[in-house]
Amino acid sequence: MRPLSHDEFAGAEPHPVASGMNILVVGVGGQGVLMISKALALMAQRQGFQVKQSEVHGMAKRGGIVFSHVRFAERVWSPTIPQGEVDALIALEWAEGLRWLDHLRPGRGVFIADTRKIVPPFACRARTPGAPIAYARETPAEIVGRVAEGWALDATGIATALGDARAANTVLLGRLSAHLDYAPADWQAVIAAIVPKATREINRKAFEAGRAWIAPAMVEAPPPSARTAPAEGPATVPAGRPVVSIDPAWCKGCRICTTLCPEHCLTMQGGVAAVTAPDACTGCHVCEWLCPDFAITVRREGVLG
Amino acid sequence: MLAAADDAEEKAAATFPLTGNEAIARGAWEAGIKVAAAYPGTPSTEILENLATYDPADLTAQWSINEKVALDTAIGASFAGVRSLAAMKHVGLNVAADSLMSFSYIGAHGGLVLVVCDDPGIHSSQNEQDTRLFCRFAGVPVLEPADAQEALDFTRAAFEISETFQTPVIVRGTTRLSHTRSVVTVGERSVPPSRGFVNDASRTVTIPANARRLHPKVISREAALADYLETSALTVREDGDTRFGIVTSGIAYLYVKEVVPEASVLKLAGAYPLPEQTIRDFAASVGRLIVVEELEPALEDAIRAMGLPCEGKSLFPRIGELSVELLRTGLADAGLIAAPERVASHGIAPMARPPVLCSGCPHTASFLALRSIGAHVAGDIGCYTLAAIEPLRSMDTCVCMGASIGNAIGLAKAGTDKPVVATIGDSTFLHSGIPPLIDAVYNKANITVVVLDNHITAMTGGQDHPGTGRNLRGEPAPKVDTEALCRAIGIDWVRTVDPYEIGRVIQTLREAVAHRGVSVVIASRPCVLDPVKIKGAPMAVREDGCVACQSCMNLGCPSLGWSGALFEGRNKVRIDETTCIGCTLCAQVCPSDCIQPVGV
Repeated sequence: MRPLSHDEFAGAEPHPVASGMNILVVGVGGQGVLMISKALALMAQRQGFQVKQSEVHGMAKRGGIVFSHVRFAERVWSPTIPQGEVDALIALEWAEGLRWLDHLRPGRGVFIADTRKIVPPFACRARTPGAPIAYARETPAEIVGRVAEGWALDATGIATALGDARAANTVLLGRLSAHLDYAPADWQAVIAAIVPKATREINRKAFEAGRAWIAPAMVEAPPPSARTAPAEGPATVPAGRPVVSIDPAWCKGCRICTTLCPEHCLTMQGGVAAVTAPDACTGCHVCEWLCPDFAITVRREGVLG
Repeated sequence: MLAAADDAEEKAAATFPLTGNEAIARGAWEAGIKVAAAYPGTPSTEILENLATYDPADLTAQWSINEKVALDTAIGASFAGVRSLAAMKHVGLNVAADSLMSFSYIGAHGGLVLVVCDDPGIHSSQNEQDTRLFCRFAGVPVLEPADAQEALDFTRAAFEISETFQTPVIVRGTTRLSHTRSVVTVGERSVPPSRGFVNDASRTVTIPANARRLHPKVISREAALADYLETSALTVREDGDTRFGIVTSGIAYLYVKEVVPEASVLKLAGAYPLPEQTIRDFAASVGRLIVVEELEPALEDAIRAMGLPCEGKSLFPRIGELSVELLRTGLADAGLIAAPERVASHGIAPMARPPVLCSGCPHTASFLALRSIGAHVAGDIGCYTLAAIEPLRSMDTCVCMGASIGNAIGLAKAGTDKPVVATIGDSTFLHSGIPPLIDAVYNKANITVVVLDNHITAMTGGQDHPGTGRNLRGEPAPKVDTEALCRAIGIDWVRTVDPYEIGRVIQTLREAVAHRGVSVVIASRPCVLDPVKIKGAPMAVREDGCVACQSCMNLGCPSLGWSGALFEGRNKVRIDETTCIGCTLCAQVCPSDCIQPVGV
């Protein structure tokens, strides 16, 4: 696909905001979802719209999902945006953008997402050899191709290059601004009104960078992310199920293995360690290596030694 | 980037955007309250935090040790003849219920408003009980604002009603009201003259003889309030399409207006008491009568009891948050509107992202240690309830605030094959953990209590409490000494440990569970977020040393993830330096000693 020029994209067809808009801002705790929402709400209010901004942030500080509905129109009733009526979805984290994708207005909604991934510990739970990471597999090129208008950019990378990764949200706001028929100076005034004084300059630059951002090439591979899925196919996945054997005669019951087994396969039984959850064993050898009495061996089924 | 409250220009104007909670605080301030008290609880927390931003000369705003004390404080102020407010989340009202039920008989002297914020959809609670049913049970009128403007206006009106009808008034919000921001026209503060001390023991002392005389007054008050609501501006009738009419209240009204703006609507002030004649007249003016309300059929049951046929919960769910989508579906099912268009799905399975304990959270180590000693763990309410899920999975029960210690007593008395441990946070311990701890000593229960002391009320966003040494306004305050308190109630075995020393925590817990009787372990270490964000030198994994055992991943630390490299086909681990705070817990559990501070 041919990259769009800035004029073609940014100036040509701003979203008609005369009748108002529904904007959904999503991310995870601590990313600045509420700052973008506040900026949008203040902007709309200054344009004479009635504005409602609704957020859920109960578990936000615990790395959970954060989402904020911003609605503005001549008259706004519901504080939340019905599914399929989101005019613009701003995602501060890639998988969060995908979570809310179905809320976009079919055939018209604009999708703007940071391609950076914040992989939750939950996604790295599978321990067995070759286990895949439980993170969204859809690529930016794939998603941008699916929606009416999609912009997937490494906003965190852009903000980091400008001097502060935390301004990634303002980069995305800048990208959205190109879709709305308001003067850049008005946006800058709104941002200046809500960010702390010391961060005004970085936010000004981040906004401009986002507004001027042009997709390098829509079908390119995703940019490098903070944590990517493991490399294809491990070189040597050991064959056979791991089998732990404990010699009770040698075990003195020090509980080192039961305490340190990452999968909690071992428990104390009658004063000595015993394998009580053999199916959970990943064959990591930690118990074998740490046993001060050489009472434990870990072998693979069908493998001698 | 942080959003600073740097909108001085907005504050100068007579209208500015407020959340529901900010508007309630503003309304209470405008109504001239002198005393406000609360225990933090999502989504109600910001009400008192906002009241504390007003001039201390105008009002006292304070964190109470629990919701009952907050309501008792407000009741005391009412006895003194001034206006007062208590705020809490829905389950907080259970704690304060004893006071509410009796004060309903006594009635308000100075205006008393109790703000209760429900959590339909259970965004951050242990249930979604509907406070409107409680109001009817207590015989206390309820006002349900729909948006921030009404939050302010209804709060002001609630004080007038409270004094006119000598009743406490409940202003009932929901998460959506509390945390939705919209433009509000504000007013000025006007302080009514103090009514002076109530000085009427026949009313304010609830001995049986008095209570028997007071109860009929509650019944007649109900009738008087219903009469008032027949003509009050709080009851709004909008005549439109007469094929069907919708009876609703609170935030549900907004969804109704979004979906059927032309419908005939009767918007009630709240679910109790009800203006029966107004409802009868409205019902007579429309074809089918539809009741739209979130959660329980409070309005529907009452309207049906009037002998009026109506439809409600047969069309809309009795659980979870109401929404535009649910309303459309329900009205379409009833044949009243066209079926909503189905939005085609992109078919992307949402990724699981459960909330987790923060990087460096001191609770992490306490629960990792608890898992290793193999005890039955009775938990409590706080961030640490997250230890119930993988990978820590070391909490067996969590009922409600302060339940852990009593539950542990019962477990121990029933007899179990494992040691019994109760875990409770510092704020929850002060809220409702002390009486059960005394009970455990008195009844010689063989339990260990772990006080997870992170020196703050963390779950609700970092509020002070009597153990932090500061009050709601940030001023220095007396500080509870938990260890001394335990000794004073007769516990000999009390140890304080630093949860960052995981070996010592395990050792201490083993000794504690071996002790016969009540033992207390205080795991003391400040929260990494509040009152100050803690960030130390980050750790890094020496990749050639990592054998992918994933012992560190059992911490559930959000800074730990897979590196992309493999060892024997299993994923090696990498630490995100930007979020790691350097607590060293992962290094302490690493059997191959390959986690070190960055740069070593």
